[in-house]
Amino acid sequence: MSELKDIYLDNNATTRVDPAVVEAMLPFFTEQFGNPSSMHSFGNKVGLALKKARQQVQNLLGAEHDSEIVFTSCGSESDSTAILSALKAQPERKEIITTVVEHPAVLNLCDYLETEGYTVHRLKVDKQGRLNMDEYKALLSDNVAVVSVMWANNETGTIFPVLEMAELADEAGILFHTDAVQAVGKIPMNLQDTSIHMLSLSGHKLHAPKGVGVLYLRRGVRFRPLLRGGHQERGRRAGTENVTSIIGLGLACEQAMQHMEYENTVVAQLRDRLQEGILAKVPHAFATGDLTNRLPNTLNIAFEYIEGEAILLLLNKAGIAASSGSACTSGSLEPSHVMKAMGIPYTAAHGTIRLSLSRYTTAEEIERVIEAVPPIIEKLRTLSPYWGENGPIENPEEAFAPVYA
Amino acid sequence: MWDYSEKVTEHFYNPRNAGAVDQANAVGDVGSISCGDALRLTLKVDPETDVILDAGFQTFGCGSAIASSSALTEMIKGMTVDEALKISNQDIADYLDGLPPEKMHCSVMGREALQAAVANYRGEEWVDDHEEGALICKCFAIDDVMIRDTIRANNLSTVEDVTNYTKAGGGCSSCHEGIENILKEEMEARGEVFMPGAIGKKAKAKPAAAATAEAKPAGSMTAVQRILKIQQVLEGLRPALQADGGDVELMDIEGKNIYVKLVGACNGCQMAAMTLGGVQQKLIEELGEFVKVIPHTERQLVELGV
Ligand SMILES: Cc1ncc(COP(=O)(O)O)c(C=O)c1O
Ligand code: FES
Repeated sequence: MSELKDIYLDNNATTRVDPAVVEAMLPFFTEQFGNPSSMHSFGNKVGLALKKARQQVQNLLGAEHDSEIVFTSCGSESDSTAILSALKAQPERKEIITTVVEHPAVLNLCDYLETEGYTVHRLKVDKQGRLNMDEYKALLSDNVAVVSVMWANNETGTIFPVLEMAELADEAGILFHTDAVQAVGKIPMNLQDTSIHMLSLSGHKLHAPKGVGVLYLRRGVRFRPLLRGGHQERGRRAGTENVTSIIGLGLACEQAMQHMEYENTVVAQLRDRLQEGILAKVPHAFATGDLTNRLPNTLNIAFEYIEGEAILLLLNKAGIAASSGSACTSGSLEPSHVMKAMGIPYTAAHGTIRLSLSRYTTAEEIERVIEAVPPIIEKLRTLSPYWGENGPIENPEEAFAPVYA
Repeated sequence: MWDYSEKVTEHFYNPRNAGAVDQANAVGDVGSISCGDALRLTLKVDPETDVILDAGFQTFGCGSAIASSSALTEMIKGMTVDEALKISNQDIADYLDGLPPEKMHCSVMGREALQAAVANYRGEEWVDDHEEGALICKCFAIDDVMIRDTIRANNLSTVEDVTNYTKAGGGCSSCHEGIENILKEEMEARGEVFMPGAIGKKAKAKPAAAATAEAKPAGSMTAVQRILKIQQVLEGLRPALQADGGDVELMDIEGKNIYVKLVGACNGCQMAAMTLGGVQQKLIEELGEFVKVIPHTERQLVELGV
């Protein structure tokens, strides 16, 4: 078994940089190392390469103008820039609408802004992780500076109706931002036909390097930069460009465009096969999120009565890389905020595992995972105080009530 | 780095007519070292025929300033003085296959130096009162002074207004913060509060001839002649504008400021000749002096009881 290669099913955490992307970047470390702002040919060629990358991103997003693409250092920076800009540009508006299931890049910023005197409305989700549009509509008012709603959830893959929500916000004269870090490259989009004003993406989720992101900023949207300084990015994001990564991101966007169909057919089928295969063999397990409206690559399964980290460790031993909720939530003993928000009971929320595929995932790998998972779950359940001979014990809360709890 | 045309690069590397002309009888100086660019144009003009026999330049400035100077001297050699004066800064830019918007002022400087040289030749005094403010909108090369003047003349209160009147902000929109700051100041000065909407209207404006600079009226026409001439130029533009669903009307003249009512499709249309900048360009060419065309609003007309 040891000669079998490890299986990477954690593509929502980060992805492998495509070899062609690495190839495209290399000359810009050594021969073409100039600063794009410089008045010599070292700089000029780099400037042209940046221009091309900007257009490649523009194409993937379906943006109307390439100047709407602002390169940043990561998805988190794009999120912060968008939300803080909306507040700075409209000091009289003191409310923010977001959701309870956002990535910490948005949630923790909003928590902080609350301490600064802003009112944050966090839209709730139902058991399938879906939003209530009536709750949303009722909150739209002249006091709201910005709505920030993720396009797709990183843990469950659940897709939110951002197009419709953006339209409602736009009609109400409210800025709409979406964290599309998980959606870009997996969901086809044509931003010029939408009412989305700002959008965040991150390179490392689509086979480009870590540490590069984009803020899409619709032309005409009022904006206040987060970083002021040099005139880079038309004064909207100062700092010498991360040229190599931007060039890599450009090519990665072009490739994502080419693989969009594959992602939504072959990858989606592999994901579906994985879900069926595991659920057919493992009792007391269920997929979470909105299963009919989900990213094509994402599967989140809750295994009842056992703990996620233990599953991860045994999976890792079997050469399978997965994650339990967001990479940021692991390390704490709290079940993921997304699972809590969906009302997944504690007995299951702690045992959720996210398996996220990519275009590199093979059918053979999926079959190996389907083989490997059931014995791991079985083993852990035999250790669990909530599990009897043939299944969960009756009234687990009463049967096992530790005195120190 | 700038995206210079091959022509610009070529004229920069191999400037024509560099240096002062021997036995020059016309000298025009514009700019200063403190502005970062300065140009001296020397001409040898045949006093009998007014034909420019030779032209030379000395330029302190950037690559495109040198290329513009070189182009200008090539263009005017062999022309009469009157013909040469008809050359617009856009002509200079066209001769060079275009200049980046941020560099259009270099071609303006060339034109001004020519005016100064001709004034010198004719024994007139040429006063350079061309103010240049900080460049605000790089997409359309519109500066602070132009934006402020237009806001004041028309009581503008939104970025969209400023874009409609001057084009500034009609491109990538990254200068909107700068325009907002000017609006805030100007509106405060007139006792109002700037109240922006969060989401600007989708900018539809297309690039047009950049607004040129200003100068004081030349002395060769009487005030009445000048007014008639301005009216005549505008009348000449109207059929083309009307064909496009627009129109232009002269409202007032105040020194170098010409107030017009520009209506209909021309506000946003794509043809350079039908934009504010185009009308201004035409007037400058016909009058042989720098004028500034400032749009005049309906609202003000009502107030004036016109
Ligand atoms: C939905 C979402 N938003 C934002 C981020 C943060 O992106 P970055 O790591 O580039 O800051 C992530 C990545 O974990 C994400 O999944
Ligand atoms: S800089 Fe003004 S619109 Fe681009």
